[in-house]
Amino acid sequence: MMNNTLRNQCNVPPGSVITGKWNGNRYRVLKELGFGANGIVYLAELNGQFAALKLSNNGMSITSEMNILKAFSKVQGSALGPSLLEADDWEKSGIILPFYVMEYIKGDSFLEFIKAKGPSWTGVLMLQLLTSLEVLHDQGWVFGDLKPENLIVTTPAYKVRCIDVGGTTKQGRSIKEFTEFFDRGYWGLGSRKADQQYDLFAAALVMINASYPKRFQKKGDGQKQIMEAVNVKAELRPYKNVIEKAITGRYQNANQMRQDIMGVLSRRSNGTVSSTRQTNKGYTKQKRQTLKNMQPQTRTQAKKKKGGFAETFLLVMIVSLLYAIYLYGQIM
Amino acid sequence: MRPGTLRQILLITDGCSNQGQDPAAMAALAREQGITVNVIGVMEEDVIDDQGLKEIEAIAISGGGVSQVVYSTQLSQTVQMVTRKAMTQTIQGVVNKELQQILGSSKSMEDLPPDKRGEVMEVVDDLGETSKLEVLVLVDTSASMKHKLPTVKDSLLDLSLSLNARMGDNQFSVFVFPGKKNDVEKLLDWTPKLESLTKIFPKLTTGGITPTGPAIQEALSYFNKNRSLRGLLSHDEQYFEESM
Repeated sequence: MMNNTLRNQCNVPPGSVITGKWNGNRYRVLKELGFGANGIVYLAELNGQFAALKLSNNGMSITSEMNILKAFSKVQGSALGPSLLEADDWEKSGIILPFYVMEYIKGDSFLEFIKAKGPSWTGVLMLQLLTSLEVLHDQGWVFGDLKPENLIVTTPAYKVRCIDVGGTTKQGRSIKEFTEFFDRGYWGLGSRKADQQYDLFAAALVMINASYPKRFQKKGDGQKQIMEAVNVKAELRPYKNVIEKAITGRYQNANQMRQDIMGVLSRRSNGTVSSTRQTNKGYTKQKRQTLKNMQPQTRTQAKKKKGGFAETFLLVMIVSLLYAIYLYGQIM
Repeated sequence: MRPGTLRQILLITDGCSNQGQDPAAMAALAREQGITVNVIGVMEEDVIDDQGLKEIEAIAISGGGVSQVVYSTQLSQTVQMVTRKAMTQTIQGVVNKELQQILGSSKSMEDLPPDKRGEVMEVVDDLGETSKLEVLVLVDTSASMKHKLPTVKDSLLDLSLSLNARMGDNQFSVFVFPGKKNDVEKLLDWTPKLESLTKIFPKLTTGGITPTGPAIQEALSYFNKNRSLRGLLSHDEQYFEESM
C-alpha cells in the first residue's frame, strides 16, 4: 500500500545526483533496488563506492529506522541489519526529503534463492536466521516484520541478512510494523506484544511461505489450518514439530528452535541413526511412513548394514563354538 | 513531558454524507477540542466516487488526522496503521510545540540535523507507546455498508489486539450512524476491550441516510462525558492497571 505522493516525490531517475544538505555528500543514483511503505531504496555511488540509499517523504518513520540501525551498529560484528553510513536531507525543488545511506548488501531475495536452489536450503538458511535473531533478542530487540521480502541471501557467501528494520521494536512494546501472514495476532495465536516468540512464529511462517509462495488467507482455526498446510508439503513435514512448537510459542528462545532444526537436518543427512532410532522408540506409524517415502536409499543402505552385522556376529559365534569344542576336547 | 490522553475519532464509511452539517466543519470542531479525526473509506467492487473521496480527505485534513481509502480485504491492517500514524502525528505536534518553546523560534523537527532529530524521535516513540489513548469508532451503517460490516467488525477486533499490546492504557467506544431513532446510536460504551463487539455487531440494521456531520458532532459530546465520568470514579486508574 504505497501512496502516490511518495512515488511522485521520491521517484528519482538513474543518473540523478542526491546532495546532502548537512554533510554535503553527492550520491549518484544508479537504479532502484526496492520500495516499501515509507520509502524507496536506490543503489547509489559515492567516490566509486556502492551504497544503498533510502529516500522518504516521511521523516518520522525514516528517523525511527535510522535510530535502530544506529543501535545495531553498536553491536560488534552483527549481521542484524545493514550498517548505517550517514543520514541527511535532500532539498528537491523546495521540498525536503530525508534520506539515510547504508551498506549495499548484494544478493538474491530469500524466496528467489530457494526457488532457484531448491527447498533443501530452507533449513540451512533458517539456522543462520535464528542465529541472527538470537543476537538481536539478546540486545533487547524484536525484529517484528520478519518476512522473506526483508531477507536477502548474499552472494557468493550464501548468508542470510535482514535488510529492512522498519518493524524492529524494543521487547515489551507493541510491534511497530507487521505483515498479516507472518503475524501471530492475525492467526489468533497470540498478542502483538514484542517478545522473542513473536519472531519465532514469523520465522516458522517464513518456512511455510517458501513452500507456499502465494501464501494463504486465514479460514477458521489458525493453528489447525497452518499445520494442515505443513502436512500437505513433503519438504515441510520433517519440520512439523518445529513449526508447531514455534507457532504455539513453546520455544523460550531462538537457539532452542535452532537446535531442533539442526536435529531435523542431521537426522535427514544421517539416515542410519534415524531409522534405527525411529523403530526402537516406536514413533508413530505415519512418521515412519514419511521417512520411508523420503529416504528410500538410506533405508536400504541401513538394511544392508544391519545384515552385515548379523553375518559377522554369526561367524564369530560359529568360530567361538568350534574353539570351545576344541578346548573341551583338549581338556578331556 | 506528557501529551496527556490522545483522543481520536475513527470514522469508517464508504461514501458521501447526505444529511445535516458539513462533516469537515464538524471535524474542525473536533480538532479545536483536541480530538483528531481519522477517516477510512472502504471499497469493495464498487469504487468510491470523486465527491466521496474529496469528502473523506477533507474530513481528515480539517480533523487533523489521517485518511486512507482501501479495499475491504485490507481493512484490518489499515485501521491499525491509520490509528498509529495519527497518534504519532499528534505526539509530534505536541513535541514540535515544546521544541519551539525551547528553541524560541519557528523551528520544527525537520529543521534539526538528522542526529538530533533521532533523539527527538525516540521521545516521540516512547510517548506513542505509553500515552493513554481514547478511540471513538464511528461506523457508517447506511445500506451500501451492509455486507462490509463483518469485515469492519474483524478490523476493530484487530485494532484492539494491536493497541492493547501497547504499554499505555486504551479506551474504546463504538457508535453507528444512522441510529434507530437518532443520528447516532451507541453500540459500546467506553471500555478497554473491544471483544464484546462480536455479540452486538451481527444484530445491526442498516439505514438509508448518511448523516456523517451530525454523527461527528454528537460523538464529541461522548468524549466530554468520558472525561467527566473519569473525574467521578476514583478507582478508575486501578481498574485499568488490572485490565492490562
